[in-house]
Amino acid sequence: MSPDLGKALLELADDNLILGHRLSEWCGHAPMLEEDLALPNMGLDLIGTARTLYTYACEIENSNKTEDDLAFLRNEREFLNCLLVERPNTNFAHTILKQLYFSIFMESYWAAALNSKDETIVGIAGKAKKEMAYHIRHSGEWVIRLGDGTAESHKKIVEAVDALHLYTNEIFINTQNTEFFIENNILPDRISLKSNWEKAIKSIFKQACIPYPKNDAELLGGRLGLHGEELGHLLASMQSVHRAHPGAKW
Amino acid sequence: MINDRNLAWSVASSVLDPEIPCVTIGELGIIRDLKLHDRKATISVSPTYSGCPAVLAIELAIQAALLKAGFEPTIKRVLSPPWTTDWISESGREKLKDYGITPPVNASSKMALFGKIDVKCPRCSSQNTEKLSEFGSTACKAQYRCNNCFEPFDYFKCI
Repeated sequence: MSPDLGKALLELADDNLILGHRLSEWCGHAPMLEEDLALPNMGLDLIGTARTLYTYACEIENSNKTEDDLAFLRNEREFLNCLLVERPNTNFAHTILKQLYFSIFMESYWAAALNSKDETIVGIAGKAKKEMAYHIRHSGEWVIRLGDGTAESHKKIVEAVDALHLYTNEIFINTQNTEFFIENNILPDRISLKSNWEKAIKSIFKQACIPYPKNDAELLGGRLGLHGEELGHLLASMQSVHRAHPGAKW
Repeated sequence: MINDRNLAWSVASSVLDPEIPCVTIGELGIIRDLKLHDRKATISVSPTYSGCPAVLAIELAIQAALLKAGFEPTIKRVLSPPWTTDWISESGREKLKDYGITPPVNASSKMALFGKIDVKCPRCSSQNTEKLSEFGSTACKAQYRCNNCFEPFDYFKCI
């Protein structure tokens, strides 16, 4: 298999797009007005990053494809996002914990990507890293408020940890698609970011009075295109307008 | 020739920001470079926030302004180095403040949870303000309230 940077970037782009879309689902439904602005705003950052990555992937492939083709015309099995980001929003605790898991990882990923030999990746990383800093602040503060809040909020955030923690191992896996680019200092090595991630999460959980899960169970498959049923529903909703009006221009 | 480049630069940089129309994009510091060959102008523009919907609107406005001034513009989107609020000029900061938006305070965004930065009220200049939300009406703004004059206001987030 010849190394294909375009395909390697899809994992990253799909993570950002799918989580960005999940956040946009809160628009008009958040528990308070500030969150109604905050969640879709963070979604906008992620979708913006995904767009840049898709556009760069098309540029590398030198095809006539556009970012829209990649986002709206691929099927479920062609999406390479990790399972964590496609998990349904469920409730505010699930959403905010998922965001914390992802943001802490991405902040360190983009920090490492600043040393990439690929200039475009350095550019994307520089911008996204700064945005991750306030995503971490937002989700971290909320996890602490919920965990150290009322009996009800504590119960909900602990339930979220139970439900989502087993999806976190997948974030750190270096896939076959990316191996070549990691060896050649174009993409960061994911596994090397794990211990700092755990340290950061543990510190926040401690402040939030949430026990850190001991269980090593993990669920994998997203990077191979093997997804949960929920991704199908997400794509059906996200892609419906584009598929109903093929080639439509704004 | 040099005068033509200066003219093209001033035409491009005096385009107003579509979402914060009190400042020009020149004052925001998002025009990075302009090359002119005959009438062909290549303008390098840095996007502000990844998902900022104004990016395309700004690029179209620059194109329109340059076409009107008799140039043939091409826009180049430049990602590296990433745009930072440090590039907003002094006059841009003054105008933001007069418009009711507190300009960004300092360079690096602080990582500490519950960390506080001193954001001055754009109306009464009091430091006694509180953050209502890290997110506001556009990607670049946070919402604050002044505890002195009790007015809510926007703060231009620092990135």
